[in-house]
Amino acid sequence: MSVISAGMPETVAPATRKAIAPSKGGRPWTFYALATVFTLYVLALYGPMICIYILSFQDIRGGLVFPMKGHSLHWFVDLFTQVRTGDVKGAFDRSIKLAILVTIITVVISFLAGLGFRRRFRGDAIVFYMMIGSLVAPGLVLGLGTGLLFQTLGLNASWHTSALGAQLSWTLPFGVLVMFAVMSRYNRAWDEAAYDLGASRWQTIWLVIVPVLAPGIVAVALFGFTLSYDEFARSLQTAGSLNTLPLEIWSMTLNVTSPSLYALGTVTTIISFIVIGASLGTIVVLQKKRGGGTKG
Amino acid sequence: MQPSSTPSSANLAGWLYVSPLVLVLVPFFVAPILVVLAASFFATDGFGGLTPGFTLANYIEVLHSSLTLKLYLATIKFTVLTWVFTLIIGFFVAYFLVFHVRNQLLAIGLFLLCTVPFWTSNIIRMISWIPLLGKEGLINQALLATGIIHQPLEVLLFSDLAVVIAYVHQLTIFMIVPIFNSMARIDKKLIEAAIDAGASRFDIMRLIVVPMSKSGIALGTIFVVSIVMGDFFVVKVMSGGGSASVVSAFYEDVGVLQYPTAAASAMLLTLVLVAIVALILRTVDIRQEITR
Repeated sequence: MSVISAGMPETVAPATRKAIAPSKGGRPWTFYALATVFTLYVLALYGPMICIYILSFQDIRGGLVFPMKGHSLHWFVDLFTQVRTGDVKGAFDRSIKLAILVTIITVVISFLAGLGFRRRFRGDAIVFYMMIGSLVAPGLVLGLGTGLLFQTLGLNASWHTSALGAQLSWTLPFGVLVMFAVMSRYNRAWDEAAYDLGASRWQTIWLVIVPVLAPGIVAVALFGFTLSYDEFARSLQTAGSLNTLPLEIWSMTLNVTSPSLYALGTVTTIISFIVIGASLGTIVVLQKKRGGGTKG
Repeated sequence: MQPSSTPSSANLAGWLYVSPLVLVLVPFFVAPILVVLAASFFATDGFGGLTPGFTLANYIEVLHSSLTLKLYLATIKFTVLTWVFTLIIGFFVAYFLVFHVRNQLLAIGLFLLCTVPFWTSNIIRMISWIPLLGKEGLINQALLATGIIHQPLEVLLFSDLAVVIAYVHQLTIFMIVPIFNSMARIDKKLIEAAIDAGASRFDIMRLIVVPMSKSGIALGTIFVVSIVMGDFFVVKVMSGGGSASVVSAFYEDVGVLQYPTAAASAMLLTLVLVAIVALILRTVDIRQEITR
């Protein structure tokens, strides 16, 4: 997942040289074949999603398939006013709050863990494999375990306790892996330069490491927010009596057969896009401000 | 941290830095797994009540049931099919972006285009196939209009085909990113040298590109295999209830409060998953791979 991070430009190597082009110039046939594959892939990636966004704007006669029946915002209104579809507004609220909480914790812990993993220390492999385990374990099984654990301890499962922890077990491995990739481009000589100039350890972290790694830290935040906001399997047994948004969507897929479902899809996607856009925008601004001077 | 620090204080500093991570993973990963492990040995009254104790009855029940074999076969079928398709598509998409797009900015833009859906809801992306694959969906409408078929195809939605389509749609990105990452590090001069030495396109692929992107393929495989094997909602929704996998059966078991048998089957699945991941990790040191 690492290259999604801010370091992108560096990873793409000097691509100005010619690829596998034959000496005569022009493109080889493989270019056209692979360009077709790529185009088809992107079409298949976005096509279905665009379909449901369009279909969510039907009027009251609307159904689940094309052709479009009228244009209106009926199903969006329906979504937030109907009791039939459950407490969408409340779920929405909780999901956003939870995602913000998860983002903050993920950024702080991933950053610290990233600093720790820069050097090998005794037992680091145990922590590393624990993290990989947390990443690959079936979410539903982990969620059930967490739910049962809370039950055994006599604690109430709720979105801001058990579900928060369950989601962190999913976002932290991603966050730390991205941190790894980001840290690998950090030159440790900068630390030593800071020490030589009389900086304390915390000053070095705050005044040197954090600013240099800022774009990568934004990328970790993006992972934290979106993975939490869309998290489903681990929350199912841990969210307690109040649903988060993906749980609400899940129960809707099982019993709602109106374009409300599509309207909800459109709304959640808009939120995701705002977050993605804001994060990528921040990364670009940070990179620009930094100029080419600090490239590692 | 300081250059002069002794090994033991470096160990201490390392542990201090990762301690918050450990403090989250122990209660929310290690403990839950141990709870499920414990539950798999408990007896049950059939109504969700657990009797602490030690019995292997749950495992024997799971291993003796013919359903288990069927579930594993179905899960393996979905996993293998998804893996093959995501690998082929992911490999060629990454190859195209790295070796054929000459403008670096364009390559980054196209790469981001592929990754954006990863940050949106999986469930929404799954249900978005309904207007396309349904009995009255776009694909059937188009095929009927062109006269290729005269009856709407019903295998498109709520079938194993739909399950695999939804998986490939969601998970190809997990192949593209790591493979892209390892391909981007291949020195283009190497390939030019190979061309100069008379290698064919196929030789370059076989002898340079594939071996050098092995680590990306391994990493992508870990993601895809663990997600497909741990999934239950794609199977449940896209098959219309017609197919089941190990975890979707677990979901049903939990729904009727059959915790011990569910736990036993979950532990078996986890063992299988650990074995697969360990096997892959033997071929590639991912930690070194990521930090390189």
